[in-house]
Amino acid sequence: MSWKASEMTPDVKWQDLTPGCAIFEGGTSAAVQTGDWRTMKPVLHADKCKQCLLCVPVCPDLSIPMQADGKRGDFDYFFCKGCGICANVCPFGAIEMVKDEK
Amino acid sequence: MSIRERLSGNEAIAVAMKQINPDVMGAFPITPSTEIPQYFSAYVDNGEVDTEFIAVESEHSAMSTCIGAQAAGARAISATSSCGLIYMAEMLYVAASDRLPITLAVSCRALSGPININNDHSDAMSVRDSGWLMLFAETNQEAYDNYLQAMRIGEAVSLPIMICQDGFITSHAIENIELVEDDKVKAFVGEYQPQHYLLKKDSAMAVGAYATPVYYMESKRQQAQAMLDAKDVIRQVAKEFAEMTGREYGLIEKYRMEDAEEAIVIIGSSAGTAKAAIEQLRAQGRKVGLVKIRSFRPFPAEDLAEALKDVKSFAVMDKSDSFNAHCGPLFAETAAALYAAGVTGPKGISYIYGLGGRDVRVESICKVFDDLLEISRTGDVGDTYRYLDVRE
Repeated sequence: MSWKASEMTPDVKWQDLTPGCAIFEGGTSAAVQTGDWRTMKPVLHADKCKQCLLCVPVCPDLSIPMQADGKRGDFDYFFCKGCGICANVCPFGAIEMVKDEK
Repeated sequence: MSIRERLSGNEAIAVAMKQINPDVMGAFPITPSTEIPQYFSAYVDNGEVDTEFIAVESEHSAMSTCIGAQAAGARAISATSSCGLIYMAEMLYVAASDRLPITLAVSCRALSGPININNDHSDAMSVRDSGWLMLFAETNQEAYDNYLQAMRIGEAVSLPIMICQDGFITSHAIENIELVEDDKVKAFVGEYQPQHYLLKKDSAMAVGAYATPVYYMESKRQQAQAMLDAKDVIRQVAKEFAEMTGREYGLIEKYRMEDAEEAIVIIGSSAGTAKAAIEQLRAQGRKVGLVKIRSFRPFPAEDLAEALKDVKSFAVMDKSDSFNAHCGPLFAETAAALYAAGVTGPKGISYIYGLGGRDVRVESICKVFDDLLEISRTGDVGDTYRYLDVRE
């Protein structure tokens, strides 16, 4: 049985899935990369950023990490889907949406 | 000693629920199953059960309540009919694929339209692919007995189970019934002890995970296996039930099939009418018999093929139509069962009957047997898609 999300690999047989695909751990979405859906991506221009933090709470995902010093860090693209809400709320033009070249 | 009573089918189900004393009931009223939560809520109010009764605003929510409760580790039940059942449909699939052994009592009723509150099987048949186990009862006694066996079956294979009976015909008709004593019921049904559940202390669990194409099909294959495994479980639980009560059940019931040349396949209360017709015809020397389907899900394909392999002709009686311009759902599955088993000798016809409460009488069933006799004699099957007792 694949009790944990990390044990559910693409070669798992039907006999080894948990009934109902139940997973016996929490917070498993942290391991799932959803950033590869993106076509546009936000780029932070640190020189224009005033650290007003308006962008942080509007991110629908976990793509703008807060640092221990109370400032926002650079984007975490592992989850970022390029929705652009952060760029839209930024009053200082510090976030630019650019085409994501893969 | 068992308890001799006289109860309607709905009350018999409510009494079974009381004897089992489940943890949670989520329910919304709809004719003709309304009495079930109505009786049961009185037991709750009187302190006769410990059940948390959750009155919801819809059947979709009733089933969602059951899903949440069962996933949390509780034994959850509901009851419904007709439009209520198909309003639950989305959540029925979730319950089955999350492998939650919820128990749902269904008093079968026609679907709109035209609007109609009487019995047929179009509600139950419309959710036949939802992944639920489905047992059907001929009598109030069978509805009660099936309910007592339901949780043992569902919990053994981690699938939800519907206990179906015919709305009004058995749900509201009062019949003599033998109840099992409370302590024997509790010992037979036992406690629900899932290995994993959401409220299990110090044990994280996520239910209802997203499955990408890489996993979805493996998940469904596993669900299919549970349904396959259920056949033996139903037989085993029935065996233990027979040891306790003397009342025997299988996936199907064969009636006067030993030398039958013409047979009908039927589900539900009309089996009783068919038995009376068979007795009449047998008295005239006709070799006629009946196969009653008790377990529709899992479908008793092997048992059915074995039962029908030597008849000359058979009619499958459907109390609902698939509107496929071809046949009823039970006929389709019966024919598939025979073909898969290599049984191609018997000639079969599909009869749609009893829709929206249309009365089914002994003469109605005799008419079907007369048609079958003609097919046996001539070898000409004629129209294989027929309506019974319709004015024309």
